[in-house]
Amino acid sequence: MVTGHRRLERAVRLWLPVGFFLVLALFPFYWMAITSLKPNAELYNKNVMPLIVHAPTLKHYVDLLTKTSFLLWTWNTMLIAIVSTAISLILGTMLAYPLARMRFAGASLIAMTVAAVYLVPQPLLFIPLADVINRLGLGNTLTSVILTYPTMLVPFCAWLLLGYFKTVPKELEEAARIDGASRMQTVLQIFLPLCMPGFISAGIFAFTLSQNEFLYALIFLTKTTVRTVPVGVIAELIRGDVFYWGQLMAGALLGSIPVALIYSFFVEHYVAGLTGSIKG
Amino acid sequence: MTVVSHRLPGVRRAVNGRTPLKALLDREAVFSWLLMALPLLFLASLVGYPLVYGLLLSLQDRPVAQTGTFVGFQNFVVNFHDPVFWQVAVNTFVYTGVATFLKMVGGLCLAVAMNQHFRMKNLVRALLLLPFIVPTVLSTVAWMWMLDPAFSVVNRLLVALGWPKPGPSWLGDPTLAMISIIIINTWRGLPFYGITLLAGLQTVPPELYEAATIDGAGGWQRFRFVTLPLLRPIILIVTLFSVIFTFADFQLVYVLTHGGPQNATNLFATYAFDIAMGAGQLGLGASVALAMLPALAVLIVALTIYMRRS
Repeated sequence: MVTGHRRLERAVRLWLPVGFFLVLALFPFYWMAITSLKPNAELYNKNVMPLIVHAPTLKHYVDLLTKTSFLLWTWNTMLIAIVSTAISLILGTMLAYPLARMRFAGASLIAMTVAAVYLVPQPLLFIPLADVINRLGLGNTLTSVILTYPTMLVPFCAWLLLGYFKTVPKELEEAARIDGASRMQTVLQIFLPLCMPGFISAGIFAFTLSQNEFLYALIFLTKTTVRTVPVGVIAELIRGDVFYWGQLMAGALLGSIPVALIYSFFVEHYVAGLTGSIKG
Repeated sequence: MTVVSHRLPGVRRAVNGRTPLKALLDREAVFSWLLMALPLLFLASLVGYPLVYGLLLSLQDRPVAQTGTFVGFQNFVVNFHDPVFWQVAVNTFVYTGVATFLKMVGGLCLAVAMNQHFRMKNLVRALLLLPFIVPTVLSTVAWMWMLDPAFSVVNRLLVALGWPKPGPSWLGDPTLAMISIIIINTWRGLPFYGITLLAGLQTVPPELYEAATIDGAGGWQRFRFVTLPLLRPIILIVTLFSVIFTFADFQLVYVLTHGGPQNATNLFATYAFDIAMGAGQLGLGASVALAMLPALAVLIVALTIYMRRS
C-alpha cells in the first residue's frame, strides 16, 4: 500500500514532467527520421496512419547523396567548423591567458570589451561585413566564413577559457619561472597541457556554434560548390513552392548527426561549457 | 621538494642569463600586450570596424555595388514613417517577451523536475539538450514540415482529438504564425534555460531544504523561499542572454515564414536582411539593423557589468 502510493507519487512528480519534456524535445527528430524513410506515396497520403513507417525506403537518402551536392556541403561545413574552431581556440587563449594571470593596466577594460563583443549579435554586423567581404574579393570562398565565424567564436572561447584558466593552480607556473623558464616557455610547456578540459569544452561549443551558423553563410556563399549544409538545404532543396520533404528531412537528419555524435562523446564537457559560458 | 631544492641556483641563473630584451619581454605588461595584440587586432578589424562602418552606412543612400551618398538621418526618417518598420518593432518585442517568459517558466519546471535522483539521469539530460545542439535551420525545417498546410502532423493529431477539419493554418494566419515562431524558439531555447538552472539548483546545499522543512515549510514554500532566491542571479544572467539572442533572432524566422504572412512575423533582423540583401539598399538596411542597437546596448552593458561582478 505504502510502496504503491510512493510509486504513484514518484510517477507524478518525476516521470510525468520529465516524460513530457522528453517527448516535446524529441518528437521533431522522430518526425524527421520517419519522414525521411517514407516513400512519397505514403508521405502524401492522408489516409495512412502517419506516426509509423509502413514501407520504409532509403530512396530519399540515395537521391540526396547522388542528385544534390549534400556530401560536398557536409565537407565544407566540417572544414569551416574545424578551422574556425582551431583559430578561435588559439586567438582566444592569447586573450584569456594574460587576462587570467597577468597584472597590467587596462586588463579589466579588455575583459569587459571581450565580454561585450561576445554578446554582439550577428544581425548588427552582417550588412557592413557583407560589404567588407565583397571589397576583399572573398565572396563565395570558404575563407569568407572561416574569417568571420571567429568574430563570434574568439570572444566566446576567450570568455570560457578565462573562467577555466582561473581555476588552474598557479604553483606549477611559479615553480617553472623560478627554475628560469621564460614566460612563453611556462605557458606552452607547463600551463597549456594542464588546460585540456577547458579546451575541449570551448572547442566543442565553438564547433557546434559554427555548425549552427546560417546568416553569414547565407550571404557570403551563394554558389553550390561552397555552400554549407544549412544553406544548401534551404537554398537547393526548397525550389520555389516545391518542397522535397523526404530529401529535406533526410538532409536535416544527416546534417544533425555530426554535431549530435560529437556532442554525445563530450556531453559533460559541453554542459560544463554551457554553464561556464554564462559565468563571469 | 625538488622545487625547493632547485630554487636558489635557479634564481641566480634566471637573473644572470637574461639579456635586456629577454628581461623586457618578461615584464607582465609587455608580455600581455604582445600576446593580445593579434586577437585584439582581429576583433578590431572584423567587429569594431564593421560596427563603425555600419553606423556610417546608415547615414548614406547606398545601393549595392554603387558608391554611397551622404544623406544624414534620412534613412531613420524613412523608417519612422514606414508602418512596416513599426510593425517589425512590435513583432520583435512581442516575440522576445513572450518567448523569453515561456523559456523561463518552462526552464524552471524542467530544472526542478530534473533535480531528482533517478536512473539514466545523464542520458535524459543529454537528450533534453538536443534541440539546443542541432543546427537551428535543420530543426526548423522539421517544424515547417510538422506545420505544413496540407500534411501537418500536428493538425492530424488535433483533428484526431476532435478539432474541426482541416485544423489551424499555422503559417498562413498572422497570429498563428507569430505563435508558431514563439513556440519553436521556446522549444529550442528551453533546454539552455533548464540545464543551466539545473546546474544552479545542484549547488543549493541540501541543509537549507532540511532547515526549511524543520521550520514547517511545504514544497511550494521551499521553492519560493529557498530555491528561487538562490537561483535569482543565474536566472537573471540566463534571461539577459536569452533576451539578447532572441531579440536579434534571424534564422528561425527566415526559414519558417520569411517574415510573413503580411510581415506578421518580420523581425528587425529579417527586415534589415530583406532591405539590404533583397532590395539592395545597404544604407537603409543598416539603419533598420541599427534600430536594434539602443535596446541591445543597454542589455549588453547590463549583462557585461553583471557578469564581471558575479
